[in-house]
Amino acid sequence: MNPPRALAIQIAFLLLPIAISLAIGAILVIAVGRDPLEVVDALWKGAFKDSRKLGGVVNFWIPLTLVSIGLVVTFRAGLWNIGVEGQMMMGALFASWGAQYILLDESLSPLLNVILIALAALGGMFWGAVVGALKIRLGVNEIFGGVALNALVNVISIYLISGPWQPRIGGSAQGTEPFPTPALLPEFSARFPTNLFMIALVIAAFLIVMVMLNATRWGLNLKAVGANMRSALLLGVATERTSMSAFLVCGALAGIAGSYRVLFTFDNLRPLASGGIGFLGLLVVLLLSIRLLWVPLIAFAFATILTGSTRLQIALKLDSSLAGVLQGLLVLFVILFHGVQEVFFPQTLADDETAEDSVAAVSSAVKQKP
Amino acid sequence: MNEEFLNTLGSIVGTATPLVIASLGETITERAGVVNLSLDGSLALAAVLGFAAAWTAQEAGVLDVPMQIALGIAVAMLVGALIALLVGFSSIKLRRDQVAVGFVLTLLAAELARFLGADFTRIPGPQITRFNIPLLEQAPILGPVFFQQNLLVYVSYLLMFGIWFWLFRTSGGLTLRAIGERPEAAYARGARVQRLRYWYTFLGGALVGLAGAAYSLNVKPGWSSPPAMQGDGWIALAIVIFGGWHPFRVVLGAYLFAALRAVSSNIQTNGMFIFGQEISFPFVLLNALPWLLMIVTLLIVSGGLTERLLQYMPRAVQHRLRAFLRSDPPKALGTRFDME
Repeated sequence: MNPPRALAIQIAFLLLPIAISLAIGAILVIAVGRDPLEVVDALWKGAFKDSRKLGGVVNFWIPLTLVSIGLVVTFRAGLWNIGVEGQMMMGALFASWGAQYILLDESLSPLLNVILIALAALGGMFWGAVVGALKIRLGVNEIFGGVALNALVNVISIYLISGPWQPRIGGSAQGTEPFPTPALLPEFSARFPTNLFMIALVIAAFLIVMVMLNATRWGLNLKAVGANMRSALLLGVATERTSMSAFLVCGALAGIAGSYRVLFTFDNLRPLASGGIGFLGLLVVLLLSIRLLWVPLIAFAFATILTGSTRLQIALKLDSSLAGVLQGLLVLFVILFHGVQEVFFPQTLADDETAEDSVAAVSSAVKQKP
Repeated sequence: MNEEFLNTLGSIVGTATPLVIASLGETITERAGVVNLSLDGSLALAAVLGFAAAWTAQEAGVLDVPMQIALGIAVAMLVGALIALLVGFSSIKLRRDQVAVGFVLTLLAAELARFLGADFTRIPGPQITRFNIPLLEQAPILGPVFFQQNLLVYVSYLLMFGIWFWLFRTSGGLTLRAIGERPEAAYARGARVQRLRYWYTFLGGALVGLAGAAYSLNVKPGWSSPPAMQGDGWIALAIVIFGGWHPFRVVLGAYLFAALRAVSSNIQTNGMFIFGQEISFPFVLLNALPWLLMIVTLLIVSGGLTERLLQYMPRAVQHRLRAFLRSDPPKALGTRFDME
């Protein structure tokens, strides 16, 4: 195949999934009697109307990027960490505990912030370790272990909110009292309400994981375990320890993401505070076939849709789940078209892409280990 | 046995029915070697669209009630089947990972259900009515528990026996098991592996859709957001593993989960009494029970722990106990089959 034609096909396969998901989205919007252009307008205004809105996008971007980075690690090791949502929530619980019981002076607020974030990382690691132990030591598939643990931490949080941590006045299942100010992460400014320290933390996490994955023995081990557990074992990789470390890293990042939700976004603990961001992270990483480099960008795009969608309800009386529909469609069609390209136009793929899709390495994940 | 207790058992059988049907559907699909992970979303989307179809027919007044129900069920089954077919197509034709596609479809279908269901939230619609099976309804104990139900419950019994018979007593069933265990061997013996996988994925998906209709037209009538059946798809997937891909054990698992849920919701509304003493603790924690049961059952059937415990058993019972407790998946589950 001549190069221009190959390039044209390449570009077509990049754009087609986007075009098709947008088209289906438009049809759905028309089906419920609204104008797709108004939806685009509302999404845009909801995300970029002013710097406050942009701050809102960043506030989704921070936790979403953190969990996505973590998920790249677990996916590399061939693990389906659906439990990431619960790991976020457990991080949020640990941070909430600290925020209520570690009382420090206003002047020590930065120190307290760091302590709480570290606590949250521990919480996420703890819940990740449970999924890992169930998977590695006891043979319980991590998808089901993860789903169950997600549900369990939600039950625990609802118990805490309606029980020991309920507000002194008007106790209900809505949320705890707002945390003391020193515990909360400060806003950069009222016009751009986001937290710079956390942004720096996201960038640091991104760079560290990038180096760890590509330039260390550990990164190599993860890849070996993900590609073929048996041969990794025969090559002398400590497979169990490697898998566990992936869960711990992802759990820690998810826990930090959870802390941001309670210490910044909400200022208190609410049921489902993780807000589906963990699942969204799975979509981000699947969309990218587990490549870390583009995670911050795609996470930003998803955060934009998510933030913009909050305006749909107000402006158009349209359910905000449209955001999830669009994101889901996009990821689905990217995966499907990747398949179409691989099966019908293999010549147009670069060599490293024709090699077994890394997601395929996970295909045995759902099988129980005998 | 007192009447109240039998009624409770009867209602457990009734509320378990969607789980029974969904797990049986997934059993067929997985027996053919395909994992349809999308259950949790498929159930919701099938439920809401089935309900929407039945309700629309009711409002338009074009059909009589049984036909409204039939329309709703047909739409729900079609939705479930199409989603499953998409999983099958992406795996068989496009060589995509079944788990990845299934997971994306789980989220997508759940969001679609919320989006499309927004206008159908909390409105009454047609419901499946119960009718007793003549003669059988008068059987002691079994009558009130199993034969004073509605059509879908009876269908679930037929499905259980039908699928068991097909799987283990017919040559078609033998082929079905073969394409999930050793597709190469089945292919060599003339089975059209890919076509059969499509077919059983479609069929299993249709049953998942039927289960969705069983929620919105019967067990949890109507639609609400978050959906009443949220999480049940995952439980159904776990039940299939617990049930060792065997229809009888799968159904037993579904009843077990439903029973546990009935007990915990009963305690939450009526309180708990042991020997007349009221026991009090935070009842919200009872909502954790189904998920704990899910972990425990998977722990038992999937190896690690069971093997270690079996070591302490007398040798004579080890083998039998292992066969009873362990459940191994179809060997080619989740894998692709390439004909070359």
